Amino acid sequence: MIETIAQYPILAALIALVGLGILFGALLGFAAEKFKVEGDPIVEQIDELLPQTQCGQCGFPGCRPYAESIANGDAINKCPPGGQATINAIANLLDVPAPELDAEHGEEAEVRTVAYIREDECIGCTKCIQACPVDAILGAAKLMHTVIADECTGCDLCVEPCPVDCIDMLPVEETIKEWHWPAPPTTADIIASDLRPQL
Amino acid sequence: MKTWVTPGGVHPPENKHQSLTLPIGTLPIPEKLLIPLSQHIGTAAKPCVELGSAVLKGQKIAEAAGPVSVPMHAPTSGTISAIEHRPIAHSSGMLAPCIEITSDGKDQWQAHQGVADYKNASASTLLQAIAEAGIAGMGGAGFPSAVKLNPGHERPIHTLIVNATECEPYITADDSAIRERAAEIIEGIGILSQILGHPDNIMIGIEDNKPEAIEALEPHVQGSGISVRSFPTKYPSGGEKQLIYILTGQEIPSGGLPADIGMVCINIGTTYAIKRAIVDGEPLISRVTTMTGDACGINRNYETLIGTAVSHMLEHSQFNEERCSRLVMGGPMMGFSLTSAEVPIVKTTNCILAPSYQEIPDDEPAQPCIRCGLCAEACPVSLLPQQLFWYSQAEDYERLEAHNLFDCIECGACSYVCPSNIPLVQYYRHSKGEIQKARAEKVKSDHARQRFEFHQQRMEQAERDKEAKRAARREAAEQAKATAGAANNGAAKATAEGQSGDSAADIIAAAQARAAARKVSPEQQLAKFERSIAGAEMRLQMAEEKLTEADAQQTDEQKNILVAAVEAARQKLEQAKGRLAEHIKEHKGEQVD
Amino acid sequence: MAFKQITSPHAHASQNTGKVMQLVLWATLPGLLALTYHFGWGSLINVLLATATAVVAEALIVQMRGRSVSFYLRDYSAAVTAVLLGLALPPLAPWWVVVVGTLSSIVIAKHLYGGLGYNPFNPAMVGYVVLLISFPIQMTSWVTPLALLPEGVSHPGLIESLSIVFAGYSPADGVTGPTPLDSFKYSDGLLVEQIYSQNQLFSQAGIAGVGWEWVNLGFLAGGLVLLGSRIFTWHGPVAMLAAIAIMSALFWDGGSSDSPGSPLMHLFSGASMMGAFFILTDPVSSTVSNRGRLIYGALIGVLVYIIRAWGNYPDAVAFAVLLANFAAPFIDNYTLPRTYGHIDRRRATEKGEEEKSK
Ligand code: SF4
Ligand code: SF4
Ligand code: SF4
Ligand code: SF4
Repeated sequence: MIETIAQYPILAALIALVGLGILFGALLGFAAEKFKVEGDPIVEQIDELLPQTQCGQCGFPGCRPYAESIANGDAINKCPPGGQATINAIANLLDVPAPELDAEHGEEAEVRTVAYIREDECIGCTKCIQACPVDAILGAAKLMHTVIADECTGCDLCVEPCPVDCIDMLPVEETIKEWHWPAPPTTADIIASDLRPQL
Repeated sequence: MKTWVTPGGVHPPENKHQSLTLPIGTLPIPEKLLIPLSQHIGTAAKPCVELGSAVLKGQKIAEAAGPVSVPMHAPTSGTISAIEHRPIAHSSGMLAPCIEITSDGKDQWQAHQGVADYKNASASTLLQAIAEAGIAGMGGAGFPSAVKLNPGHERPIHTLIVNATECEPYITADDSAIRERAAEIIEGIGILSQILGHPDNIMIGIEDNKPEAIEALEPHVQGSGISVRSFPTKYPSGGEKQLIYILTGQEIPSGGLPADIGMVCINIGTTYAIKRAIVDGEPLISRVTTMTGDACGINRNYETLIGTAVSHMLEHSQFNEERCSRLVMGGPMMGFSLTSAEVPIVKTTNCILAPSYQEIPDDEPAQPCIRCGLCAEACPVSLLPQQLFWYSQAEDYERLEAHNLFDCIECGACSYVCPSNIPLVQYYRHSKGEIQKARAEKVKSDHARQRFEFHQQRMEQAERDKEAKRAARREAAEQAKATAGAANNGAAKATAEGQSGDSAADIIAAAQARAAARKVSPEQQLAKFERSIAGAEMRLQMAEEKLTEADAQQTDEQKNILVAAVEAARQKLEQAKGRLAEHIKEHKGEQVD
Repeated sequence: MAFKQITSPHAHASQNTGKVMQLVLWATLPGLLALTYHFGWGSLINVLLATATAVVAEALIVQMRGRSVSFYLRDYSAAVTAVLLGLALPPLAPWWVVVVGTLSSIVIAKHLYGGLGYNPFNPAMVGYVVLLISFPIQMTSWVTPLALLPEGVSHPGLIESLSIVFAGYSPADGVTGPTPLDSFKYSDGLLVEQIYSQNQLFSQAGIAGVGWEWVNLGFLAGGLVLLGSRIFTWHGPVAMLAAIAIMSALFWDGGSSDSPGSPLMHLFSGASMMGAFFILTDPVSSTVSNRGRLIYGALIGVLVYIIRAWGNYPDAVAFAVLLANFAAPFIDNYTLPRTYGHIDRRRATEKGEEEKSK
């Protein structure tokens, strides 16, 4: 046996390679089993990453159903409020390449918005209250309604049902406490600024 | 006495002599003083004066709001001429709430007196007086002193460290104050010691580049149990964490406070303010601020009223705008640039630096990081700035936290030495801000999730209740089902008939409506029109109701308005109906399909 | 009055990347002088040719990448790479060897990986290894040191050297010969003592081979200057030299015929000093922390010795450095410094909050 192998170096190489492959495969498998990380079920983890705007733009009644759907193999690029950051995070979690946001479901907003009810126009119909997924609107029938800005996720769902169109989505302004330095222009950008003029 | 040596550090040119040639001076009282309501860490103060009211010097104009907050006082007598948002000294150049006082030129004090028999007063009385005087750390951070001096019983204080390091180049506010006011400062330290229950060690930490100040302190500390410890000059020795290590060899745990290891560290300027507050009853309304830099003809320290505009200081210092490369509040290492000189000096302003282009030229464009490691050699807290930079650029926040980004004290030593001129600190500030923002968003989204789950439970409960009722009314069941099936016709109809579909269906419907609205599907369009007709009808009805109600009591004018409203509502209804008709016509073919 | 919004710190040290690189260039001078004195004009020609090629290549690529040429050339990094490669190549190597090597360094090892600061491997050493594998003959024929030239033979003059390099004339007999490391490798059966007494390379030398010891001393001197001006820290070079010394002491074997040579011989011949102070200290491709550099340096030292003693190539700095480049990120992961206020060091890939109680 040994002699035959020695006579055929190619055979020897093949055996060695296959042997190594099996050995390392077994090692990897063993390591994966042994050092397995017990984490939250995958749905929980995905749900953690979704922005919880509950807007339904993904086509699901809220973030969690979408998380469940992703766990079952749905595309991960359907959430406009989360935008690219969320897609990247989910891609990272699931170890898949990050696609671009699916424009079908909407575009990523530049600034966060909250709903604001023009209170003198509100007729107190309570339709917006029923629409709000996070109970961020206060009011009773025939009384003026108001949005608790801190609770509002900016999901937009209350705008449509309002019969008198008195709900506006207003951008949230940055306060001095929230301000932080912008990233410096990247090295490449600085160099790009002295790019030679394109002829 | 033994001192310890921190890792890293740099030796930028000190440039302290310029502002030390003259003693501490005063500026003429400016015409207007602008007092920001937030000059400290914590909640902004709440104004307690009215617009137009007259105030005396030292009078409280804003109350502390909550435990971590300090009150503000009028720096001179005059009238309150504005309470509004104004630009303040902040890197962002943004506005913040301020009180403006127009000086009456009399500079008239309100009646004031110190704490009676303060030597025998209790700690709580003294702390109360310090809080009332509006004292916040004057070294830079502005933490309310009364809070700092009251760490609670669980954390007994054995060491009081007075920070006279002043390691930043150019700044001499503490140095000059010590030279001229050593006796009062030591008295202030005595009061601190009394508040803290006479800790075992009281040390004044000072760099060895201030021999005059050390000499001025020596005679006053004789026999007082206070020791003056000088150590080799190196930037940044004056950071609280660095100073504690230099003097005691101990480290504050990451994310902790000095009180966690039984220490309190107070800036020496603050001790002077505390003496004034306790002994003389004067609130914190002025401080020593260094005016320096080559773009000013006069470099010296001023006893400056809080609220003085930087421009006022510049005017009296022979400022030459042409020569000035940038305007910095604070020192050249950690100070922040001001975009306008019309911002006020606050309690934490120790220096205004107006350098010429020769002193501090414009920044060169950044080159790529060559990973030379000079930055790591300079970092006083043993970080790897080049790695932090790398991951900041990559926005890899997980790695940034693993590399202890949040232990960075933003001292700037790394940027100072970087041969590639990379604005490292700005990267760190940006990344810290982004991480904090992400954390805040996480809190918010967790909260939203909870509320959403709660909302759903509630809706399910409501649904179950309804189900029970339905069971009771069997006859209505058929009809009810039919309407539930038609829930897509819109929430309006559904509510009108006293039932709403279950919440999930609602949300799906709404989402689909919105998604479809973008795609302009005819069915959805139809539903929308129907809804808007329903809305318009309702509005019209309300307007008419109002009109009938109003008929009896109201004037013609008001009635006219109501009539107009009714008319507008009617028109809107017509419009909506028109659009609906049009729509139906357009899509007739499709709907038949 | 409006002023600029600029982030702190406002003050900056006067150091800049261009200056650092220039200093490195100056520091190679003693080594270059020693090489030129002992081995003729060849090294100088190598260095100049490599530099010219590198600058042109860098300019072209930067231009192709749409960046400012003058801005990038001012960092002198291409020149440093080229000079180090030129110094490492055998004197009187044909011009195309130098050009191919330099292009491999600048184009492949540097710019294809993203340019300065992004190259995972030491560009000069990539160039060197490409050449060593592609043109083994040209790469292993070294010039005989001045003191050992046969009677009546001298190193080719400048003009002659140029024609050897560019026109392919072959040098006179006796001008090329083995290096000390070659001698050790291919002198089976001789005791170290015998080698030292029989081989002129050693018998006429102080410690580690005629000429070679001076070259190494030259690089040591340059390296110490750089160390003194804090261009790099001592950790890497010291670890590497110490590792070589320890390994060669361990396997000294009493100077038997199997002995791969004494510590002094290994420290002062071949590319030891140049590797320690000029190659391994290339910051971009090495580890980032001081502790990491200790491990990195020691790894290179051990690899150098292993390849010299038991490998197929007489000298091994290039291979050792490239292998250690591979290991650098791994070393980095475990060698973060302990930050102020933390109980223990963390790992670069650690997730979330650190466990506070340990
Ligand atoms: S699209 Fe809206 S509902 Fe869907 S996952 Fe994103 S935020 Fe949640
Ligand atoms: S108030 Fe409107 S926008 Fe805000 S969460 Fe509720 S439904 Fe969404
Ligand atoms: S000092 Fe600058 S160039 Fe050097 S490693 Fe640090 S960031 Fe990179
Ligand atoms: S700014 Fe941060 S990273 Fe840079 S030297 Fe200071 S502490 Fe270290």
